[in-house]
Amino acid sequence: MGEEFVVLSLAPIVIGICAAVACAIPGNFLLLRRQALIGDAISHVVLPGIVVAFLLTGVVSAWPMMLGAGAAALVAVGLIEAIRRLGKIEPGAAMGVVFTAMFAGGVLLLEQSDTSSVHLDVEHALYGNLESLIWLDAVGWSSLWDIEALRGLPPELPRMALTLAFVSVLTWVCWRPLKLSTFDEGFARTMGLPVGAIGLALVVVAAIAAVAAFDAVGSIIVIAMFICPPAAARMMTNGLEAQVAWSVLFAVISAVLGYVLAGYGPLWLGFDDAVSAAGMIATVSGVILALAAMFGPCRHRSGARAEPS
Amino acid sequence: MKLVTPETPQTDREALAASPLAIRGLTVSYAEKPAVFSVDATFQPGKMTAIVGPNGAGKSTMLKAALGIVTPLSGRVTAWGNPLDTMRARIAYVPQRASVDWDFPTRVLDVVLMGQYRQLGLLGRVKTRHIQTAINCLERVGMDGFADRQIGQLSGGQQQRVFLARALAQDADLYLLDEPFAGVDAATETAIISVLKSLREQGRTVVAVHHDLSTVADYFDWVFVINTSKVAEGPVAEAFTQANLQEAYGGRLATAQIGVTG
Repeated sequence: MGEEFVVLSLAPIVIGICAAVACAIPGNFLLLRRQALIGDAISHVVLPGIVVAFLLTGVVSAWPMMLGAGAAALVAVGLIEAIRRLGKIEPGAAMGVVFTAMFAGGVLLLEQSDTSSVHLDVEHALYGNLESLIWLDAVGWSSLWDIEALRGLPPELPRMALTLAFVSVLTWVCWRPLKLSTFDEGFARTMGLPVGAIGLALVVVAAIAAVAAFDAVGSIIVIAMFICPPAAARMMTNGLEAQVAWSVLFAVISAVLGYVLAGYGPLWLGFDDAVSAAGMIATVSGVILALAAMFGPCRHRSGARAEPS
Repeated sequence: MKLVTPETPQTDREALAASPLAIRGLTVSYAEKPAVFSVDATFQPGKMTAIVGPNGAGKSTMLKAALGIVTPLSGRVTAWGNPLDTMRARIAYVPQRASVDWDFPTRVLDVVLMGQYRQLGLLGRVKTRHIQTAINCLERVGMDGFADRQIGQLSGGQQQRVFLARALAQDADLYLLDEPFAGVDAATETAIISVLKSLREQGRTVVAVHHDLSTVADYFDWVFVINTSKVAEGPVAEAFTQANLQEAYGGRLATAQIGVTG
């Protein structure tokens, strides 16, 4: 664990952790509000957003694409709300319609536009490019104290760390209204809480986390992290505070274990090539969810008690 | 159809100022048909009022619209003569038990502490006195042994009592309850009614959506009869009459089951 680790693996692992945790935290509340699918929706609709941004600017750089992705996410949220209210149908159906349609539109747009010369394709959108986020300026652990070397860190790292800090602080500050309005929206409204604005803010924060993480690690991780760690965490505890803590732990385990297994797992098994880190991270989170569903202490709904008394 | 909220006549002002909750011209519509149509109500201070009417008559909807939980098409709601939004600190609401997900990961004590949100604010620390208040409220509904219990493990009656304890923690002057006796055991019904009566003795106002006509005369002293539109409003002895109930319930009323006064 020396120089090579710092150059090749440190930055991707840290970025992976930040992305996983930034998505898992709002995922807890989306899950409890039965809106978990919104993470799925957002991470699909960013594709047309980044293609349009590329067509408008002609460059593949982070900020125009994140703006495009953010704009697409807002359009999608608006469309979902409009369909839900005008069509008077359940939110899951509205999300399903909107995100498949927008994702399909994005694929067509991508195919028709001349993106062959640049690194922009559906695989990139799905899997991200976690392994390529290496820290070339590093010479070892000492580089962590070297300002010059730190400047050479992949820009995704500070961006993802900032996103995580934003999500964490906002969740901490808004904890009480968030919990109250998630548990009992009607009561929260009679207390004078702006429940509509809280619900919208949660979706917007989730969209910010999704767009930032999508850019760094691809949508597979985003989709998995919005659902798997919070769902697994729910089966470990019956307290919201503990649930969020468990979900953070599961997200970190998924990111670290997934990255290591993707890089070295195939070698241990005698294969030549490493596999996609994003795919492996998402798979690990799925395995954790399966284990929690089988062995978690709080996996039984109270409606269906394990042992009839 | 355009619905106009009429100007308040001078004679109505005094009634509005005295009433903890006054509703004027309230109309709510979920689909094309109105669920509540042009309802006026003036709830009396220091009284226990039952809102009665057949299923789908708009009892709960009227209460939710008055509190802003659902958006009415038209109407004006005042509390002690002021716009309701300015008086929320003095109003406690007990929703229908079925309106929340009881598998939500939280404990009984946390639910009751939610009633003290106004005192705690965004980041105020939960101190011993807040917890003591919450425990006292649980004691009043006979649930003090359940503070650390996961809410999903409670029976229906226990859930209802926890909701009432949360409202007590708000220390309000007006208590609005939506079907507090629906699907609860006899012990819970007794516990709830004794708490509500003690609130009235302290001069507070209680308004409850109620479906059991046979207990109206025992539990309440005022009644509001609704079937989309208002049918009657007044002291039980005057408004809870055969004629009014027949008008509200139509052929669905079995007169033998209820102890009406007139």
